[in-house]
Amino acid sequence: MDFTFISGQLFTGLSVASILLLAALGLALSFGLMRVINMAHGEFLMVGGYLTYLAAQWAGPTLGDAWLWVAFPLAFLGAGLLGAVMEFAVIRRLYGRPLDTLLATFGISLILQQAARQLFGSTGVPVTAPAWLGGALTLGDVTLPFVRLFVIALALIVLAGMWWLLNRSPFGMHVRAVNQNREMAAALGVNTRSLDMLVFSLGAGIAGVAGVGLALIAPVNPTVGAAYIVNAFLVVVVGGVGSVLGAAVAAVLLGFVTALAEGFTSSSLAQAILLVLVVAFLQWKPRGLIPTKSRALEEA
Amino acid sequence: MRPSTSTIAVIAVLIALAFAPLYLGAYPLTLLGRVLALSIASIGVSVVWGRTGILSLGQGLFFGLGGYALAMHLKLVATPKGELPDFMLYNGVEKLPWFWAPFASAPFALAMVLILPAAAAGLVAWLMFRRRITGVYVSIITQALLLAFVTWLNGSQGLTSGTNGITDYQTFLGVGLRGPDVAHGLYWVTLLFVALALGGTAALLRTPFGAILTAIRDNENRTRFLGFNPAAFKIAAFMLGGLLAGVSGALYTLHLGTISPAMIGTAFSIELVVWVALGGRASLIGAAAGLVLGQLAKDRISSAAPDAWLYVMGALFVLVVLVMPQGVAGLIQNRRRPPAPMPAPQNPVAQNPVTREVSDAV
Repeated sequence: MDFTFISGQLFTGLSVASILLLAALGLALSFGLMRVINMAHGEFLMVGGYLTYLAAQWAGPTLGDAWLWVAFPLAFLGAGLLGAVMEFAVIRRLYGRPLDTLLATFGISLILQQAARQLFGSTGVPVTAPAWLGGALTLGDVTLPFVRLFVIALALIVLAGMWWLLNRSPFGMHVRAVNQNREMAAALGVNTRSLDMLVFSLGAGIAGVAGVGLALIAPVNPTVGAAYIVNAFLVVVVGGVGSVLGAAVAAVLLGFVTALAEGFTSSSLAQAILLVLVVAFLQWKPRGLIPTKSRALEEA
Repeated sequence: MRPSTSTIAVIAVLIALAFAPLYLGAYPLTLLGRVLALSIASIGVSVVWGRTGILSLGQGLFFGLGGYALAMHLKLVATPKGELPDFMLYNGVEKLPWFWAPFASAPFALAMVLILPAAAAGLVAWLMFRRRITGVYVSIITQALLLAFVTWLNGSQGLTSGTNGITDYQTFLGVGLRGPDVAHGLYWVTLLFVALALGGTAALLRTPFGAILTAIRDNENRTRFLGFNPAAFKIAAFMLGGLLAGVSGALYTLHLGTISPAMIGTAFSIELVVWVALGGRASLIGAAAGLVLGQLAKDRISSAAPDAWLYVMGALFVLVVLVMPQGVAGLIQNRRRPPAPMPAPQNPVAQNPVTREVSDAV
């Protein structure tokens, strides 16, 4: 294995990790803050992808390559709105019952997948990336396609935005307060109910944005969300539930391991190896890379 | 001990089912046989989830191990002596892989139907419960392991026939697998296994072992403080669940004449759990009945309106969880007994303290 090959694989791994990270950020929020296991989270990714396709279809002819700037708000708001509806209709009745949220949201994901199949067909819809994303950067022997660089930049921007939102904004202060002591925060006037909904739909919206990145790289199909969901959960579990930094590190690690293993073996074996490695890792650190501190006897 | 009303009802249903070949047509009988084979796996889910409180989303792994163990034997029997199974020839495999060879022996294969799933379940459980991994982590890990298994099966064309699965069997223990008489025989064998699984598991759960499983479900730490080792009991329960899933998988493979990765994947494993939830996860009979009725409904609706089925099933998943968390069996029991006092409203975060230092973590 030469240097060019390995660095090419690592770069691909990094771009895969970026989408994984965007998908996992929303999970880290809803899982970490509300203990909701959202199996339909991958479908927010799918919705974002289809909205990107629609944006390209509708806005492409009039706006040219600028349709991409329509796709971002559309995917964010569309997936976020769907998240809000889901939280209001189902999730809020199930707080404190994480395993039940898992089953209910799996049902929702089946409904959404079937709806997508009937609306868009079961084969993937292709999205043509704007022409200015068509090129590639060449560093020595390694080619870095602009599309993948763009996706990596997107993940970094969202990560930075999330950091700012959680640590520097009044909203983030409320989120952290509820995280530390829900009752006390409520007593001090934080509306925990609407905060739950906001956090959940924010996570959904971020997954929608991940869908834009995904659509630029590969065709969008009804099962694209299902393909990402388990890995996204593994990112959250490996990173340490509720830790945004942990999720970021875990996403990059998982992306690298997959890409390297794919380079040396077949892609399906690489996936299997990755999953087994994750389980082995949890033997060593059952609470993830960055465990959250708690003196409680029991954790859900 | 006088048998309870529900025991008499179950025995009556089993007897009625035993006479099914006399009044059911060929297709309904085959369908019923298949579904009964699956119900053995659901009894395992009831023990593991309903009784012990461990939600495994990877039962397809153990189901698949049982199914593949038998399918490998059937495939070798169907292959002429000295030749390789057809799919190996297509994939350029020149020598029978080492793990295939012993399956030529029927006793070995039958033993493996029991041993492989139970051992795999024991290993998985030991890895998880030794490190006190609980709750949703168990669900995610079991699902990941199942996915790893399915991915490996799919990717190993030459070793496992990949996505096509192992198919095309002729005889089992010298008996041909086609024809109406065989269908009847297979049906009765399946029913016998269902009765054994139900009776055996129910008897086991009535022992102190069953009481400790319930104690672990209701308060694992208190059980630990009382001097029991919850991990050992959870591993045992998980192995029982795996064993039942393996037997179920082997019977199902016989019924269908094939086993493939698609049959055991995530969708199958979660569906299994949801039918158990629908029937009532804490009740063995509820779980088995939920699976049987759910699968029959699935067959009917999905053949009448293929597009509608996923909507129906999705909506069912949501409704079961929202409206009857204890399933149908729970509703019946609640009507019979005075309702238990409502538990105090639980605050998700007060109960499960989570992230304290989001800011540190970022």
